[in-house]
Amino acid sequence: MSATMMGTRPQHTAPSTLALGLSRIGYETRLYFRSPDTLLFTFFFPFIMLGIFTAAFSSSGNIGANPDGTGGVNVGAYYLPGMLAAGMLLSGVQNLAVDIAGEKSDGTLKRLGGTPLSPLSYFLGKIGQVFVTAILQAGLLLLVAGLVLDIALPSEPEKWATFAWVFVFGVITSAFLGIALSAVPRSGRSATAVVAPVVLVLQFISGVYLQFTTLPEWMQNLASIFPLKWMAQGMRSVFLPESFAAAEQSGTWDLPWVAGALGVWLVLGLVLSRVTFRWIRRDA
Amino acid sequence: MTATPPVVQVRDLQKSYGSVEAVRGVSFSIEAGETFALLGPNGAGKSTTIEILEGYRDRTGGEVRVLGVDPHRGGLDWKARIGIVLQTSNESGNATVTEQLRHFAGFYPHPRDVDEVIDAAGLREKAKTRISKLSGGQRRRVDVALGIIGRPELLFLDEPTTGFDPEARHQFWNLIRGLKAEGTTILLTTHYLDEAAQLGDRAGIIVGGRLIDIGPLDTIGGADARVPVVRWRDGNGLVREERTSRPAQVVADLVASGKGAELEGLEVIRPSLEDVYLSLVRGHEATAAGNEAAMSAPEARPDPSRLTDKDVRA
Repeated sequence: MSATMMGTRPQHTAPSTLALGLSRIGYETRLYFRSPDTLLFTFFFPFIMLGIFTAAFSSSGNIGANPDGTGGVNVGAYYLPGMLAAGMLLSGVQNLAVDIAGEKSDGTLKRLGGTPLSPLSYFLGKIGQVFVTAILQAGLLLLVAGLVLDIALPSEPEKWATFAWVFVFGVITSAFLGIALSAVPRSGRSATAVVAPVVLVLQFISGVYLQFTTLPEWMQNLASIFPLKWMAQGMRSVFLPESFAAAEQSGTWDLPWVAGALGVWLVLGLVLSRVTFRWIRRDA
Repeated sequence: MTATPPVVQVRDLQKSYGSVEAVRGVSFSIEAGETFALLGPNGAGKSTTIEILEGYRDRTGGEVRVLGVDPHRGGLDWKARIGIVLQTSNESGNATVTEQLRHFAGFYPHPRDVDEVIDAAGLREKAKTRISKLSGGQRRRVDVALGIIGRPELLFLDEPTTGFDPEARHQFWNLIRGLKAEGTTILLTTHYLDEAAQLGDRAGIIVGGRLIDIGPLDTIGGADARVPVVRWRDGNGLVREERTSRPAQVVADLVASGKGAELEGLEVIRPSLEDVYLSLVRGHEATAAGNEAAMSAPEARPDPSRLTDKDVRA
């Protein structure tokens, strides 16, 4: 074997950070779909919840209907924005926090840290993987909503423009928060136990599972500190009729506030990721 | 040759974890193309030393240069010139062998050919298998393959053959000999002394955070530690031994005194590297223990040079 391996190959320059980042996105995305846990608890979870809510509450009639029973939207349509928001949160925060904490404790990061892979390429790979999988998840959710659950989707381009920026902004914010949160669990095994309750509680208080407008005011205020409430509100503005805006905290969709809150969390997540990330737990 | 600076230079390396001194003043250097074996019992400071050289750990004191760079400040260009085979890890392994090697090859400016590395590591039949489905020994081969995929000038091998069956170990040795023939410098730690003897040019032995001996593998431990032993069974069936630098003469004398009768169970034993290593390590541990006892009773200190192979085998 030595004879064949001795052959010198043409000298190449070092691969660029961006090229390696793109290569990481492909690699990470492939591995995402080979992990059964991630598929169930991150990718398909919103589908399962949407199915359960639709099946459980459809008999109680439309939500937001007039006293005579007309108007309003069916249960599936009401919960769709919340499930889209939950998918964004799961794809970013839960997926990356558990994934990276696991990679830290199983030696993956130590191995990568000994190679000329830039941490920036590694992050590009993670964020890109979140993006690709979140887009697939949202697309599939909309497909199921439209075709299976017979939910009417908006046709106005400006609604879809809102959807696009809330989605992109929310997914990037989630991805950074996931990277930052991955520093908290002490081991890969405890990662799910640390991350899942945080994500679950947020979903309950932010209007994903429970109708946000029926929650007590103090809980609404508490949820307003965190980004999920704003993602869900942004999504409601896209998929619910204008008449539902009146039920929001301020009586409007408050899109500038959605952008502001997500922006603050994006910066916070970026800074925390940058400060806490290490290839290995370095001593002294 | 003499103009080339050493690939690895370590001077008075020290590392403490809190009050525990893991490495206490280790110095050695490794020349280009050399294979250097770092030996020592568990917890002696081998892995700490190698991880400082790899850039994973910071040192408390001393000077370290790896490929002319302080590993603590080694950037991506520096990492592209080294290859690291860590001790066993438990990664999830959802990529196939080929996918993993192809992906890692992309990190380096001039990697080896993925298929050649797969063949060299004896992984051809498992090339399309997910790493998680491989046996422990096969996973270890993937580790080695990932360590050499970037065509490193310096390769770190931290207990590379743990979990290998004898045939896999011999295949691995051939792989490493091929790398040596190409001029790769190698730093090896191992618990298998035959492996060090097969692959190493020089060895250093670390005990208790100190380098207790260093030298070419055929002279380490000094001439005294390599004195052969003649062993036979006497007329009463008792096993007798004699350490001698002239074993042929001893055997001739025994034959003469027995009037030409065959000697039962005759053996001339040359201490293996393992024997030499064990006598060095135990001698050192005895000295260390003796030094503590010396506070109260100086005469209780044992003389390590009087330890024989018989003591060592006991």
